Amino acid sequence: EAEGSDEDPGETLRRTFRAQRQRRKKKSKGESLQQQEASEVSAEPVSRLQRLKNRDTVTRFDREQVVKDLPTAEEAFNFFTFNYEPEPPSQQEGTSRKRQKRRERVEKDKGEDSQEEAEVEEDAESEDAPLVRNEDDLFAIDHSPQDFVEMRKAEYVAYRKRVQRDRELLFTPSFRTPTSVKLPENMKPRFLEDEGLYVGERPPVSLTNENILENRILKMSEGNKWFGDDGKVIALPDPIKESSTRPPLFHMEGDLDPALQTVYRKALKSKYANLYIAGAADPEGDYQLDVDVSGLIFSHHPLFSREHVLASRLAQLYDQHLSRQHNNLTGHLTDKLNGLRNALRNMMKIHGEQGSSEALRQRISEYSLEVNTRQLRDTEQEKDRTLLRSVIKVWKEIKALREFQKFTNTPFKLYLRENVDRASDERDYEGEILAEVLELEAESEGEYQKKLAEYKKQLEDWKLWRRKQKKKKKKKGLAQEDTEEEDQDQDESESEGPFEEGPAKPQPPERPDVDSMEQWVREKASRIRRKPGEAILIPELSASGSITASELCPAEIARREDVSRRSLFIKILYNDKEVSRTDSRSLSADFRVHFGQIFNLKIINCPHSINLQVFEEVGSSCSLLAQVFVPVPDPSVVTGSAPIEEFEFSSNQRVMFDHEGVGVPLSFESDGSNRLTLLTSGKLSCCVSWGIGEEGVPLAPPVSQQPGGTHGRWHLDAVSYIGASGLYDMKKIGEWATQSRLDPNDPKNTSIMQLVASSGEVTAPDYFRLEHLQEEFNFVTDEELERSKRFRLLRLRNQEAPEFRNYKFVPLLEREVSDKVFQDYEKRLKDGEIIDTREHLDPHRALVAKYLQKIRESVINRFILAKHFYQLSDLVTEEEIPSIRILGINLFKLAESKRPLKPQRKERKKVTAQNLSDGDIKLLINVIRAHNIPIRKPLGQSALQGSDWYLSQVQVRPFVEVSFQRTVLQTTTADGPNPSWNEELQLPFAPNGDYSTSSLQSVKDEVFINIFDEVLYETGPGGKERGTSIHTQIEKHWLGSVKIPFSTVYSQSKIDGAFKVNTPAVLLGYSREHGGSSSVYDQWRSTHGGTFLRLFLTIEPQLVPGESVREKQFDSQEDERLLQAAEKFEKEAAQGFPDRPCITTVTDLSGKTVFITRYVRPLNPPQEFLDAFPNNPQEATVARFVSLIPSLPDQVSFSGTCDLWSTCDQFLTLLAGDEEEHAVLLCNYFLFLGKRAWLVIGTAIPEQGTTVYVLTHEQSGYFIWNPSSGQFYNKDDAFCPLQTVGCLVNADNVWYNVQENPSPLNTNFDITKSNMWKPFFSRSFSHPGLSSVQPEELVYRPVDRAAAAELQDVEKILKEKIMEWRPRHPTRWNRYCNTTLKQFLPKLEQSRGQDVAEGHRLELQNLLGDYRIAGFPLHLPFSEIRPIIEAVHSTGVHNIHSANVEFALAVYVHPYPNNVLSVWVYLASLVRT
Amino acid sequence: METSSNPSVFLLTVNGQIEGANFPDYDSLYCKYCYVYGHDWAPTTGLEEGITQITSKSTQSHRLIWNFPLEITFKSTNPSGWPQLVVSVYGPDVFGNDVVRGYGATHIPFTPGQHTRTIPMFVPEPTWRLQKFTGWLLGRRPEYTDPKVVAQGEGREVTRVRSQGFVTVSFHIMTKDMKKMGYDAGPSSPSAVQSEAQSYVK
Repeated sequence: EAEGSDEDPGETLRRTFRAQRQRRKKKSKGESLQQQEASEVSAEPVSRLQRLKNRDTVTRFDREQVVKDLPTAEEAFNFFTFNYEPEPPSQQEGTSRKRQKRRERVEKDKGEDSQEEAEVEEDAESEDAPLVRNEDDLFAIDHSPQDFVEMRKAEYVAYRKRVQRDRELLFTPSFRTPTSVKLPENMKPRFLEDEGLYVGERPPVSLTNENILENRILKMSEGNKWFGDDGKVIALPDPIKESSTRPPLFHMEGDLDPALQTVYRKALKSKYANLYIAGAADPEGDYQLDVDVSGLIFSHHPLFSREHVLASRLAQLYDQHLSRQHNNLTGHLTDKLNGLRNALRNMMKIHGEQGSSEALRQRISEYSLEVNTRQLRDTEQEKDRTLLRSVIKVWKEIKALREFQKFTNTPFKLYLRENVDRASDERDYEGEILAEVLELEAESEGEYQKKLAEYKKQLEDWKLWRRKQKKKKKKKGLAQEDTEEEDQDQDESESEGPFEEGPAKPQPPERPDVDSMEQWVREKASRIRRKPGEAILIPELSASGSITASELCPAEIARREDVSRRSLFIKILYNDKEVSRTDSRSLSADFRVHFGQIFNLKIINCPHSINLQVFEEVGSSCSLLAQVFVPVPDPSVVTGSAPIEEFEFSSNQRVMFDHEGVGVPLSFESDGSNRLTLLTSGKLSCCVSWGIGEEGVPLAPPVSQQPGGTHGRWHLDAVSYIGASGLYDMKKIGEWATQSRLDPNDPKNTSIMQLVASSGEVTAPDYFRLEHLQEEFNFVTDEELERSKRFRLLRLRNQEAPEFRNYKFVPLLEREVSDKVFQDYEKRLKDGEIIDTREHLDPHRALVAKYLQKIRESVINRFILAKHFYQLSDLVTEEEIPSIRILGINLFKLAESKRPLKPQRKERKKVTAQNLSDGDIKLLINVIRAHNIPIRKPLGQSALQGSDWYLSQVQVRPFVEVSFQRTVLQTTTADGPNPSWNEELQLPFAPNGDYSTSSLQSVKDEVFINIFDEVLYETGPGGKERGTSIHTQIEKHWLGSVKIPFSTVYSQSKIDGAFKVNTPAVLLGYSREHGGSSSVYDQWRSTHGGTFLRLFLTIEPQLVPGESVREKQFDSQEDERLLQAAEKFEKEAAQGFPDRPCITTVTDLSGKTVFITRYVRPLNPPQEFLDAFPNNPQEATVARFVSLIPSLPDQVSFSGTCDLWSTCDQFLTLLAGDEEEHAVLLCNYFLFLGKRAWLVIGTAIPEQGTTVYVLTHEQSGYFIWNPSSGQFYNKDDAFCPLQTVGCLVNADNVWYNVQENPSPLNTNFDITKSNMWKPFFSRSFSHPGLSSVQPEELVYRPVDRAAAAELQDVEKILKEKIMEWRPRHPTRWNRYCNTTLKQFLPKLEQSRGQDVAEGHRLELQNLLGDYRIAGFPLHLPFSEIRPIIEAVHSTGVHNIHSANVEFALAVYVHPYPNNVLSVWVYLASLVRT
Repeated sequence: METSSNPSVFLLTVNGQIEGANFPDYDSLYCKYCYVYGHDWAPTTGLEEGITQITSKSTQSHRLIWNFPLEITFKSTNPSGWPQLVVSVYGPDVFGNDVVRGYGATHIPFTPGQHTRTIPMFVPEPTWRLQKFTGWLLGRRPEYTDPKVVAQGEGREVTRVRSQGFVTVSFHIMTKDMKKMGYDAGPSSPSAVQSEAQSYVK
């Protein structure tokens, strides 16, 4: 045996048992405690098994083997010590097989009998004993690693056993759960479906899944709540519709033959068809015909059996009978007759026979005439009686037929009710006859009397005639004969006929024969009336009879099957066009078809005919049975009020059957006498009416539209639609719904059930709502919501209204929201129209300011919108793919020295705004040096003394003062006109706690950099100290200033360069001419250049400049191809020369992208300029005019780094604009003046960043104009502020500078050279002829001198301000000086601030004598008052505190056309020496 | 001071810790966190932002443990803009460059009590394959301009991201005056335990 490693079975057992337990423990973590217990219980037999298994040698099977060849001790020793070489596989196999068997056996034996087990154990011990004894020694001999490693066979558990074990451990949820488990105790499953309730179709779930789910649910706590009464999981009905709601989409493009492409044609209204248009008030009026086809009944059909024929006949007769009964004509007539009789009798009684006047007699005769209603009554009565008789006869026939054929085919049954009161009946009958006889008698009597009277009259006549005859005879003569004759006459009148000769002798009328009359009356009565005592027969037809089932009447089967095969539908033809058709309904056994469909026909055409065609379908073939022409209803007939009409139809088809069906035509004798030929016929019940629109307006055409002949033929009884409510009778629907016992669960009925609900009270909503539950979800009404201040605040913030964009802490409670919050906002809304002129002195400018504000708002809104569109670059920072060049540089960098001798400025890390707090941001200003500062002039007469004075005297002691946000810092004082300070100034920056980009962008503050001259004066100290001390007083004299808006610094992040100092035209007491310097260059520079200040500005830490709004996102009216080309052009330009700006498309004020060349167009300058200087070069004038329009950076006005280009007329209206607007206007003026001019897009020093200048070409060369200052420079001027030339623009093209050096000095402006200038429009992409956005002509408002005069008030304001700034010192004004200064100013304006020599000072000096004068004129374009005050304040004139100082101030406003104003402020301080 | 009976703000106190992360492929990571909250919220005390130590995986466990405490109190008047914790995990790549390993955000739990959140992390993907390669080479992976982007929904549609790992954060939440203001966040029900569905079937 190979069980060498099996050292201690007990140990192994324990180990395995432990392992098993551990494993189980792990497994059972998620299991319930109960199961764990169970497993532990089950572990018991398992362990026993294990034991048995591990003790391999002990089974009975083995034992037999063992017994067969029991090894000796030696053998055993050998066996254990011998090192077997590869074990024979057969043996292994054998053992394994053995084992398997054994295991099977063990399984079998398990629990069989303990006795055997015990025996086995005993055996085992006896087996083991010799082995165990030697064990220790054995192992001591050879300790191979295998000895310590436990080698075990892979555990195998027999499948069945495993299944059994698994069953204990695992839970298989897919077995069927009994219903009783799923229901509460003692409850039987209830199947709603069987109870007739609608339960809907359950969604299909496979049985396995359902079982799994149910078992899981059952294991859950409260699992039972998931089960319905029927023991199934509660499920909603299958929500999937059988047909898809969305029609399938077919992608037609691509695989469609181009010839078959559909072409869109606008739908045209056919004028011919649209008959309503003629005369109708509203051609768009929609008219709607409602055609209600309710059903049809056949009165004869080929498939009728004989019984059917009779039955339909019976039904017809019965219907007739009913209608007759209903009308009750007989009764009416009888009543009438009685009434007449009474009236007549009364009349007779009152007046008697004698007093009968003529009129009375007339009336009586009339009444008598009326009495002949009796005859009418008699005929009616006769008809009634015959009808009744035929009803009974037909019924008898039916009965006979049924008897004969031994089955019934129709459910009809006729009951005859008898109703008799013999006595009264007899009396009535006799009375009636008597009355009639009397009447007849009276009548005949009257007749007789009349006739008699007539007769008498005739007789008289006759006698007269005879007498005449006789007189003739008398002449012959017999008197006796006369009397005889008379008697004879009498006789003759009684008996004989007329006379043959002459007028016939009238016959006397016959006496009426009363007896015969009575006889006749009785005869008639017996014919038309019931005999007295005969039962009054009231027929009652009921359809309650049962029809013999088909099985019982084999003859019928074929017919009935044929019937069931038939189905009918009705086509609706409107104006001979089929508009709709009903569903096909099968013919029922009683030859009725119910459609119950209403068709709403929206009609445009005039209705001519409405035709319902009845079609019969047999199988797939259908045939037209009949047509029913329905009259077009009156406009007054509207849906709801129109009753359903029955229209009879018949067909002339001929059909014969070989079965019981009678076929058509059928000759039929109903009652023996008259032959009837029956054709297929029937009644169609339908109703055509006009629809009702909203508010109950009938959708009928006006009455005047007489559609056709069919119209007036048919009129409804007016009574039938009196009381029509005009709407659907909701109550009836409700009644019907309750009566018909609808299934409330059926979703089809929900809408009706909703109506019926609420205690049967049916109210129809007169509106339609998509979300009819909306109101339930509203927790507060809309009005209240509107009123809520808090909600309003939240909403406004969400809308990003400027006041609330960054509003923090919206109060939680309504009451905490103060009304003040909205004040600003409401005020702004209100101020939209009102113009406040207080701030602006000038109403026009106020208007413009408002307009600007509006544009700003609209643009800001646009930006806010655009801000919510993100691009990848906004969210993700990603390295650009480096080109090889950059890669190479990066590699090269690795070899770079760590500390280079010429270090380069390193990029600082940018800081996002959210990390900032107050005081973190500082504005760094490095004031490096200045050039060419004006120097002091010697005082008084002694000044002009030559070079020794010059050397001894201090020229100028300048220092720089920087003020920003009212923080003022200054450098140390340097010496000389070319000082070098090299000082860094740190100014704190406080943007009011809001560090968001938008707020930083909208900071309007400017950095004022002023150059002052520090002047020391020795003031004579008073009194006794005169000898010992010197008092010096420091005065600072303003020399010039540089203004840099914060927005520029922010957007550029650093500004570095030499700025031209804005110096006044005249500086009293200073001169630019550096007397001592002899260099030619200096001379030239001093006259030409002016003062320059080299500065470096930046913000510490570096802020992330506001994201530029992508202009491309704005829509454009440009051609798409042009825009793409422009984008490509710009991209290529940026790749080639990243530092050269290139602009091809710009954004106009409405936020649309416009191609730049559209802005360039010759435009007229104000006519005054052309007139004033007809010969002079007018360029300077117009340039000055342009420069006088105030500059307003777009960043400030539009709080976003986006350039908006306004057209020239907009610019002149706004009177504020960026440099590009100035440049465009100037360029357009130059073009008008006939110059060659271009816009130059490049970078310049003061503006820093892309700016626009104007280039002109003259005989003498190229000139570059600064449009904001009005100054021009030669192309070769080194002091030209333009640093790089990016591109040139004129009306035709854009040229991009591809030259090596972009500075204007080195640029060749010959745009024809394509190796230097790259044109946008070239041969490959020609100019598409872009029209200009500029107006054709500019219209200027004339010079408004009155407005200018008004503005002189500025002087007063400034004086007040200066006094205000000097609170502790008295401010004295030198009036004399004031007036003098005032005189200078107009001259300055005329000379445009140039060429004014030292005249002013000398003049003043002459006038004032011993004053030390320092002063200067300031020149500003007028926009508002505030900048003027700021400018005056920044000069610091008011800071002179010496005791005897006097001031002088003069203001001059010069008006230009279009309200452009040039403001001059002359400031001077005078100190008496 | 406001009287406690009539408060105008409610308070939300967050204690907790960034317990650790599970980034199977990366090691030596650190985590930055910050809060994103609406206009009507303001932190009263506590650190709004922080950065954890760098932690490395041990040989036994593959989790990165920071155990970095969070403690902050917000006051607010409006539950809109409820604070979100934004975490971003960084670590060195093969070349030692510090690159982002994941961004993630979760709302601070609403209900008082203890909560554990496992935040799935993701990083933006490069737009091009080539960029992916060069980014890997140069150690400059795409990053969000601002980690707070992950706390807002706007503009995310333009990005593509790759999921990366998990960060586990535990919170202990206290609120004050929420109910007084009419906001009932409900009790922190222990019902979560109940939902331990017995998953017998694999």
